[in-house]
Amino acid sequence: MDKLSYIAKRLLLAFFTLLMISFVVFFVIQLPPGDFVDSMVTDMIAQGETVTEADIENLRTMYGTNRPFMVQYVDWLKGIVTGDWGTSFYYNQSVLVKIGETLGTTLLISLVTLVVTYLIAIPIAIYSAKHQYQIGDYIFTFIGFVGLAVPHFLLAILLMYLSYKWTGKPLMGLFPEGGITDWASFVEFLKRLIIPTIVISLSGACGLIRSIRAQMLDEQEKPYVLCTRAKGVSEQTITFKYEMRAILNPIVSGLGGMISGIFNGSTITAIVLMLPTQGPVLLKALQSQDVYLSGGILLISATLVVIGTLISDLLLAVLDPRIKLLEESK
Amino acid sequence: MSQEKQKKDLAPNDTLLNEKELKKLEKKRAKQEKYYTSSQWQLMGRKLIRHKLAVISFILLTLLYIGAIFAGFIAPQGLEDFSATYSNAPPSKIHFVHNGEFIGPFVYDYDITYDKFQNKVYVENKEKPYKINFFVKGSSYKILGIFKSDIHLFGVDNSDLPEGKDKVNVMLFGADQLGRDLFSRILIGSQVSLTVPLVGTFMSFILAIIIGGISGYYGGIVDTIIQRIIEVISSFPTLPLWMALSAAIPAGISVTKVYIFITIIMSLVSWPGLARTVRSKFLSLKKEDYVLAAKLAGVSDFKIIIKHLVPGFMSYLIVNLTLGIPNMILGETSMSFLGLGMRAPATSWGVLLQECQSISNIANCPWKLIPVLFVGTAVLAFNFLGDGLRDAADPYK
Repeated sequence: MDKLSYIAKRLLLAFFTLLMISFVVFFVIQLPPGDFVDSMVTDMIAQGETVTEADIENLRTMYGTNRPFMVQYVDWLKGIVTGDWGTSFYYNQSVLVKIGETLGTTLLISLVTLVVTYLIAIPIAIYSAKHQYQIGDYIFTFIGFVGLAVPHFLLAILLMYLSYKWTGKPLMGLFPEGGITDWASFVEFLKRLIIPTIVISLSGACGLIRSIRAQMLDEQEKPYVLCTRAKGVSEQTITFKYEMRAILNPIVSGLGGMISGIFNGSTITAIVLMLPTQGPVLLKALQSQDVYLSGGILLISATLVVIGTLISDLLLAVLDPRIKLLEESK
Repeated sequence: MSQEKQKKDLAPNDTLLNEKELKKLEKKRAKQEKYYTSSQWQLMGRKLIRHKLAVISFILLTLLYIGAIFAGFIAPQGLEDFSATYSNAPPSKIHFVHNGEFIGPFVYDYDITYDKFQNKVYVENKEKPYKINFFVKGSSYKILGIFKSDIHLFGVDNSDLPEGKDKVNVMLFGADQLGRDLFSRILIGSQVSLTVPLVGTFMSFILAIIIGGISGYYGGIVDTIIQRIIEVISSFPTLPLWMALSAAIPAGISVTKVYIFITIIMSLVSWPGLARTVRSKFLSLKKEDYVLAAKLAGVSDFKIIIKHLVPGFMSYLIVNLTLGIPNMILGETSMSFLGLGMRAPATSWGVLLQECQSISNIANCPWKLIPVLFVGTAVLAFNFLGDGLRDAADPYK
């Protein structure tokens, strides 16, 4: 029962967070000076039409851009809930349809990088902790620092350049021409997935390696490990059965931040590598003041981060009974 | 280690000492006394100096910032100089020996031909050397916005240039599309790239202290509201939010205003994490007896926060601030790279890297990637310095 009430409480909290996020998103997209009608009028004048003050006023009333901020916000929110996310002025398409086009690949890339991040980080972190201050540990620490220091987009450019040097043509885009139809095109798709995966997962993996390694080193010092070792339990069992449990916490609790990091990385990487994800669409939308589209994308990415945090909180409560106790004692 | 030390300390009592050894011992005692009476900050400084990587990083950063302050003087070219003749010119080779005779540092001019893709090919014309002089006159600049001058540290002696010929330049890192010296532009760009993070961090530090402090000190409903706001802001992936906020910077405003807007955006997005740290520190410190004593003595809340609570975790906060700077450097570089940050005529490392967006540009002119080295150095140096500070922040360990 109390488990249920904890989940309900967490869900309610997430709901309020989302509500406030939607407000912030709407505030941010309304920030640029001028509105959509202004850019439309500029276009019309550029095409040689004569526009009078009354026309502009009419347009404003038609698109509802002259109403008070809160009214517009409530209207926008109503649309979000009922599935009408507005029209993208730039693409002349429903925002929801436009986002839907790229959401699949965005989620695919995010999921692949998330899995790869964990697959790279956990074994390396354990290896580094077990071989502290040995050559392997130093190498990984060095790579980790460089991974944190080089900006995503530069790594993407460098790898693209290397792929061009080695294979003769740069690995850009995601899907081969004509889509995935047979085995060969699927292999081509996998090849093109390599660079974005490396680039996006690197900085997240570096951060994760640092925190897991530190946690693991702390754990190794604890008396129970010494005791277990003294009793003759094998190193393998100590590592994988006992010490591994301690690192579950940083792994799970970092999920929300990890998803946020992946969105950071994938946005700019996708722009450089011309991947069909939300990054380039967001940039275009922001450049052309396509407020509903940029708002929609911001809302979606923030929502996914909130969901990630929610999942990690719930998982933690299941994995670590102390957290539930803490909640109850409040 | 400590046992050995003790043994050494004890040893003199057992044996007879001569004058020299006594003096040595006295010195050692004075040193120890100094150690036990020195303040926490002095201890931190001592420990930091022993962290080699942090010291090297600190020196590197000092050099970078000196370069930024005196950019106008060190850079041979000014911000607005360009030369269509030398577009995409490779880094100049500096020679010392002309026709078997040593004449000091000089460069050769280029003979320019075109390849089949209409790219310029630069070949050195070894007929006439152009000497590199020190303290030459060039375009005027201001140091720190006050001292005006037109003397540059080094430059090519163009006094006997043939009529109608473009000036010969020394370009240590090559030139960009518009024939601007990359070395000069990196230095001038560092004035933006290295100060935006500092100013931004300082602003988010102020915000974090005030908001996190209120949240932790007063607790209750204020705390709940502030915590929710922090949660909302940190739910956004920073880069898309940065992009959206930068897109709101109006077009056609002055460079200074763009700079201010960018620093404000940087700090607006990054204060929540810091505020959380400040809050948790406040929560643990406000229950201390000395705070209660101050309260009973009638000290105002504001004074308690500033005088008694903040110093308690200042060192911890400085570590966090230092470790936050690299993210801001990367953020500013990314924004400028996307064209949403600094705009022409101003420049920054991100703006310089914009030319690297096309792969052919990198393939033909790999020197255009040099700004990456500067970004990487600055980021790594701040990271190592932060690590060193973190170790030093707890000097009693």
